[in-house]
Amino acid sequence: MHNLTIKQMSEKLHAGEITSVQLTQHYLNRISQFDADLNAYVTVTPELAIEMAKAADEKLAAGEGELLTGIPVAHKDIFCTDGVKTSCSSKMLDNFIAPYDAHVVTQLKKVGMPILGKTNMDEFAMGSSSESSYYGPTKNPWDLNAVPGGSSGGAAAVIAAGLAPMATGTDTGGSIRQPASFCGITGIKPTYGSVSRFGIVAYASSFDQAGPMTRSAEDSAWMLNAMAGFDERDSTSADRPTPDYAAELENSLKGLKIGVPAEYFGEGLDTEVEKLVRNAIAEVEKLGAETVEVHLPNKDLAVPSYYVLAPAEASSNLSRFDGVRFGYRCENPKDLQDLYRRSRSEGFGPEVKRRIMVGAYALSAGFYDAYYLKAQKLRRMVRDDFTKAFESCDVIMGPVAPSPAFNIGEKSDDQVSMYLSDLYTIPVNLAGLPGLSVPAGFANNRPVGLHIVGPYFSEAKLLNIGHQFQQVTDWHKQMPEQYQ
Amino acid sequence: MSLGKTEVEYISRLAAIEVNESEVDEVAAKLSNILDLFSQMEAADTDNVSPMAHPLDQVQRLRADVITETDNHEKLQSVAPAVENGLYLVPQVIE
Repeated sequence: MHNLTIKQMSEKLHAGEITSVQLTQHYLNRISQFDADLNAYVTVTPELAIEMAKAADEKLAAGEGELLTGIPVAHKDIFCTDGVKTSCSSKMLDNFIAPYDAHVVTQLKKVGMPILGKTNMDEFAMGSSSESSYYGPTKNPWDLNAVPGGSSGGAAAVIAAGLAPMATGTDTGGSIRQPASFCGITGIKPTYGSVSRFGIVAYASSFDQAGPMTRSAEDSAWMLNAMAGFDERDSTSADRPTPDYAAELENSLKGLKIGVPAEYFGEGLDTEVEKLVRNAIAEVEKLGAETVEVHLPNKDLAVPSYYVLAPAEASSNLSRFDGVRFGYRCENPKDLQDLYRRSRSEGFGPEVKRRIMVGAYALSAGFYDAYYLKAQKLRRMVRDDFTKAFESCDVIMGPVAPSPAFNIGEKSDDQVSMYLSDLYTIPVNLAGLPGLSVPAGFANNRPVGLHIVGPYFSEAKLLNIGHQFQQVTDWHKQMPEQYQ
Repeated sequence: MSLGKTEVEYISRLAAIEVNESEVDEVAAKLSNILDLFSQMEAADTDNVSPMAHPLDQVQRLRADVITETDNHEKLQSVAPAVENGLYLVPQVIE
């Protein structure tokens, strides 16, 4: 059952060939069988899942089912889920039972998607390897010595191993696309503002964006249809009609202009990755597309700019964790200051503390202009590079990450080298553009993704390209042998 | 840029995060590495560039000043470490 596409699952559910309870139980069984090794789930919610599956079956029987009704989903543990622990993989929120649902959770509940559980991640989404989780690292289903990427590493791993058919993720600097690349699955970060941030534990609010993580581009299109839309509870939600993200899936790619940025194929890119990405672009050309060279001259400024701005926003957002209203509180505080300081020092892990401190410093008197303001100016320069590039092409293609998945422990001591590994994904977040990662092959038996970036609100086009690419390739259908 | 003990103590106060004596050197070294990364920004000419706060240069949406939330305080306080009569408890502030 876990090898069916979402559309096939939906057809079987609607035809009464399978029930949502059976489908959900199948995934719960697989989770019990495989997750001990992968550590991809922080919390599994079997009772909730079955209860929701029963309700979905009733909905289907009454003829009120929608496309995704009855299909189970795993939520990244950053989405508040009413009555369920929402930890953000932090000791700070280890005791936090969310008292309300994130908008995305509400949307998928309305459709009738049973919740299998909450997936592991880098603590507070700050990381690129899922190693900074309070609950220990998630492992890559393709190679248990490798990281699954991050921060949505648990979500990517559950899709790759067939421990959920669909998963939600969030992407602040690459956290959907990089794990999608490392685990050989499909993931899209929509245009900033497309999916409501309400109820997503905030990291860097001007970047945070939720999106689907699935096996195929087609599956992602169906899921994005259920996730996206204007929400007045998110002050930066895009107030525009929600498009049908699946409407363009079958369109021809004839005449599509692919921009290939010279700067993305330079020094630091693994030669195997480069070969696979170039092959993938050639495959899309065979479908009638043509390539043009484009330039993104300020790409090297993106990483430093992001690592000023995102921690600055984080230092402000995470000030809410004070040991008073929710979350961890230290034992026997001697006064209020001691309560704040010790609760935060004991509740946050090292990378989160570092980013809060760096952010506080970047915003402090005397440094604001040199760091924060400068970084905001560079952000505009990076965005303007894309605007200019899109004058001569429809989409931009390149690598998602400079290498396939690295080993667990390989970079966890060297923050700056970890930061630099996000050099292809971060510019897209700075600009707020949509970006898709689709599987494009294997280097040293580890998956590699193709990165497709488009102008604002071009998700349907990106998913169209991903879907057409997946009609002529089968990388997205491959699964690690032990999970087949 | 290399941070010393004084700067780490200053940052620790700004961030309300305690840094133990034994951690100061490591924290200073790691933060300094990150600040070195930031120094790459200096070379870029940004004289005629305006700062960008929102990807779509959108301004904050306004709403009518009316109450839309319902009273949920019991549920919201159920996750608090210490509550009494609807109030959050903290160590005594005034003697």
